[in-house]
Amino acid sequence: MKILLVDDSRTMRNIQKKVLSALPGIEFAEAGDGSEALTIVAATSGGFDLMMVDWNMPVMDGLTFVKKVRETDKKTLLIMATTEAEKSRVLDAVRAGVNNYVVKPFTPEALLEKVNQTLAKAKAA
Amino acid sequence: MTQTQTPNPVINPKLIVPFMNAVRQVFKTMAGVETTVQKPFIKPHPGASYDVCGIIGFSGDITGTVSVSFSDSAAQKLVEAFAGAPLDRSSPDFADAIGELANMIAGSAKQHLGGLASISVPSVVIGKGYTISNMTNSQCLVIPCGSPFGEFAVEVSIKQKTV
Repeated sequence: MKILLVDDSRTMRNIQKKVLSALPGIEFAEAGDGSEALTIVAATSGGFDLMMVDWNMPVMDGLTFVKKVRETDKKTLLIMATTEAEKSRVLDAVRAGVNNYVVKPFTPEALLEKVNQTLAKAKAA
Repeated sequence: MTQTQTPNPVINPKLIVPFMNAVRQVFKTMAGVETTVQKPFIKPHPGASYDVCGIIGFSGDITGTVSVSFSDSAAQKLVEAFAGAPLDRSSPDFADAIGELANMIAGSAKQHLGGLASISVPSVVIGKGYTISNMTNSQCLVIPCGSPFGEFAVEVSIKQKTV
């Protein structure tokens, strides 16, 4: 499974990598903002199975990135991982096309559970 | 801390409590570190509380800045607990970790402040003698914090839009 981690904090990407390495057969790619992530997506043959997306990032924020991805790709699983916890923000992200939402700070268990939940739901669909 | 604490009756608990809770939650959840918060006070001068500082800007219904500043030794140990490995103080990763801690504290508190505000990506200052100027002319409320690794402080200098 190919996962793209999109977060301007390398520390946060490393934490996510460490937690998600518990899943079998994972390959990671990383981007520091939405624009860089779009470039990586375009250059990756076969695309990604899952993208973890931060909201507040320089250059291009996570919500804009999600909207751009969803213009052409309805299939890739997208999870917003952000400090933005207001209901209106969550609704904005859901309307933009995210499959799930995890609020920082999160425990490793909570992150893994969200990812597993998202993968299971997609498999069942 | 060496600052003189100015007693002031106008500290609004609705402004302070979300940050106190956010500090405890962020360090406990992301670093496994129990922290304590002490009585807030109005900052009597614009100088830095400590030498390592992550700063987040607010815009929208809330404007201003929130900074989280650490003593050098507290910063190094808290970052190690957060990142899972020691990071060199002069490395970009160290500043990144400080910025992300500030981001999570500001972001976690924001949802409880009311209104709809956006937060900036973090800025990080490492050094002595800096001052943080704020265009909102709001008072700077300092929340002194403690950890097993040393002291730090959250400085809240924000204004909420009056409806």
